[in-house]
Amino acid sequence: MSVFVLRRLAQTLLVLFITSVLVFGGLFLVGDPVEILVNPTADQIEKDRARVALGLDKPVLEQYLIFLQGTFSGDLGNSFVYARPALEVIFERMPATLELAVLAMLIAIVLGIPLGLYAGLRPHGWGARTIMAGSILGFSLPTFWVGLMLILVFAVTLGWLPSTGRGPTQEFLGLQLSILSWDGLKYALLPATNLALLKLSLITRLTRAQVREQSLLDYIKFARAKGLSRSRVIGVHLLKNILIPLVTVIGLELGSVIAYAIVTETIFAWPGMGKLVIDSIFQLDRPVVVAYLMVVVFMFIVINLIVDILYSVLDPRVRLSEVKG
Amino acid sequence: MIRPIARWLPALALTLAAGAVAAQNLTIGLSTPVTTLDPHFHNLSPNNAMARHVFETLVRTDEAQRKLPGLAESWKALSDTEWEVKLRKGVKWHDGAEFTADDVIATFKRVPGVPNSPASFAVFVRPITGITAPDKHTLRLKTATAHPLLPSDLGSVLILPKTVAETAKTEDFNSGKAMIGTGPFRFAEYVAGDRVVFTRNDGYWGTKPHWARVQFRMITSAPARVAALLAGDVQMIENVPTADIPKLKSDARVGLSSAVSNRLIYLHIDSGRETNTPFVTTTDGKPMEANPLRDPRVRRAISKMIDRDAISSRIMEGQAVPAGQLLPEQFFGTSQKLKAEKYDPAGAKKLLAEAGYPNGFGITLHAPNNRYINDAAVAQAVAQFLTRNGIATKLETMPSNVFFSRGTKLEFSFLLAGWGAESGDTSSPLRALLGTFDSSAGMGAANRGRFSDAGLDALITTALTTIDDTKRGLMLAAASEKAIDLMGLVPVHYEVSTWGTRKGLSYRARADQYTLAYDVAPSK
Repeated sequence: MSVFVLRRLAQTLLVLFITSVLVFGGLFLVGDPVEILVNPTADQIEKDRARVALGLDKPVLEQYLIFLQGTFSGDLGNSFVYARPALEVIFERMPATLELAVLAMLIAIVLGIPLGLYAGLRPHGWGARTIMAGSILGFSLPTFWVGLMLILVFAVTLGWLPSTGRGPTQEFLGLQLSILSWDGLKYALLPATNLALLKLSLITRLTRAQVREQSLLDYIKFARAKGLSRSRVIGVHLLKNILIPLVTVIGLELGSVIAYAIVTETIFAWPGMGKLVIDSIFQLDRPVVVAYLMVVVFMFIVINLIVDILYSVLDPRVRLSEVKG
Repeated sequence: MIRPIARWLPALALTLAAGAVAAQNLTIGLSTPVTTLDPHFHNLSPNNAMARHVFETLVRTDEAQRKLPGLAESWKALSDTEWEVKLRKGVKWHDGAEFTADDVIATFKRVPGVPNSPASFAVFVRPITGITAPDKHTLRLKTATAHPLLPSDLGSVLILPKTVAETAKTEDFNSGKAMIGTGPFRFAEYVAGDRVVFTRNDGYWGTKPHWARVQFRMITSAPARVAALLAGDVQMIENVPTADIPKLKSDARVGLSSAVSNRLIYLHIDSGRETNTPFVTTTDGKPMEANPLRDPRVRRAISKMIDRDAISSRIMEGQAVPAGQLLPEQFFGTSQKLKAEKYDPAGAKKLLAEAGYPNGFGITLHAPNNRYINDAAVAQAVAQFLTRNGIATKLETMPSNVFFSRGTKLEFSFLLAGWGAESGDTSSPLRALLGTFDSSAGMGAANRGRFSDAGLDALITTALTTIDDTKRGLMLAAASEKAIDLMGLVPVHYEVSTWGTRKGLSYRARADQYTLAYDVAPSK
């Protein structure tokens, strides 16, 4: 197991290195940060001053080497715009994104698995048909449109929930969280629902497909034949076996909800990392964009690792040392 | 019978009190994130507007950018290179200390040296070569050469207390520690990328604002901003999207306030390269050696091909005013003679034929697609007008972070851009957009068409060293006329900025596009 984790870590370093080169080079090609950051009315003297102040007067290779050097001491550079360490700027926004992502995934899991089970067990009933039709809508409607509709219906027309923004926060385990009180939670409901819709559809469909497949297998028939109760067959035997692919998908989807909640965060003015990275890309705030993508890549690798470890817990046949790649 | 009423009374009193408190609270939806509260770190309109709630300048500008006394009661030029500024007496900092000349001196010292600043305010204090304080409330400023723009420069630098100016770092402002100003509001809270909260400064020397507590929320998505206004979550929003204006006009819950801004949308045309300008082709798409854009008649023809009224009324939904010069007429240094060019396809054809291009030529227009109001749509309209009238025009739009880098590297032949004259007079666009490019003289810094005319340069340079306001105004007007006569750039329109408020409120709409809570008031 430890060899497995160690090998994973080495791969992680390689992936992070490649990411940093790609993002650094890519942003260099996009444009000159000085042109965007200085006031449009600035003269050449001011432009030159800004270039030196931001370290952009050096050749790009040297800039990259300085960045690499900093990286080894845990410093991914200072944000051009916020004049603070880029990692600090990102981590400050992280709790907002995390709570939204977790809430969205909870909604998706709590509703998705039962709906999928129901649709899988009674595939020809009208209930199942409604669920499957609904999940197609959840898949295909664009997030920004659904978001605006949610605002229009629940905030503008009905006035039940606030339209945008994040509610009051309170400290929990050193994090500033807003979803622990009703005042804060009501701000999170619409954006979390918006984020959850796509994942909900995905989990529902996946659960249904798994149930349909597993229901026909011998061990289910055997369990039934043994006279086990229906709830035990479904709740223990079936559920445990369909969980393996579900865990993979839920893990990866959690990662993508955290990393790419950009559209939802923008529409709902949710002050998370997604909104930060969009603003940073427009302002060519390279340190923040590079650091953000490194954090995201790292997060995906960690989630993958956790998923692999969970496999071995759920399915005793899987041995981690056998997993190559 | 009495009992139940008595039981309700406290609750009733509470409700009424809560109503009174709510009436003094204001929430505003901003369209662009504030990146810092340090007033000297990043010269960016949203930051400047935000800092003006807590800090003040020596010279203030009103909604039409006319200069008014701020922390300075008066200012005058003693000679061509020396100015005297009388400071306001009895002004207190938020911590109770008295405002004096030492604070100003310390502030001017801090401005050019803020570490890692991506866009500093150095340009506003650079002309000042010496500063002394004969007494606590008088300043003497020396400049190397005659510098008539000094009062307008003083209008751009927010003043800090001496102790803060000497010690505070940018993060101290963001944390609120250094947020000690003289302004109408005190700092309460700042959450980066989310909100800024201020409370009223009851010791303010000027007119106290109506609001006890103001919250700014950053809602960058335009439809969400409108929804927040309609839902009543915010009482005011800035940058109302043009597409929503007709709908909001007929909505009884909201009101709109708008003003012509100091931002000109214009076309820069490559008149610098003698041959082989990159994006001009013959009518059949082959590369063209001669540069037809160097001929002023061709540039005038382009101007005549554009129906500005149609662009302003249709594409901009009335949120623009057709432009005939560098700034709207009411600004300093404009000419009363210059009117927006009329749509004149026949005249344009004639001019093109005279210049030797009766069949036109091909060109590509480059424009940003996320910088100005409806920029890509306006550029598309311009390209279509040109194509219809004989110049086959392709259009390429791109995000502003790509556009400006490429434009400054002179990769374009024909581009659409905008210019906000923050100084409120025509010297700013004349010098930056139309002066011959010369980095050491600070001329032509944004002259991406490389227009150059010695006569115009001379006019601008003289105006920039003429202290007398009346004379300078006339010179700038003459320079504007010359620049437009030669078509150094083609003006398209001035943007109109619009704020939306809940019914019962109104905003004193500003030309500099700042959103200022103290200019929001219950309508009478």
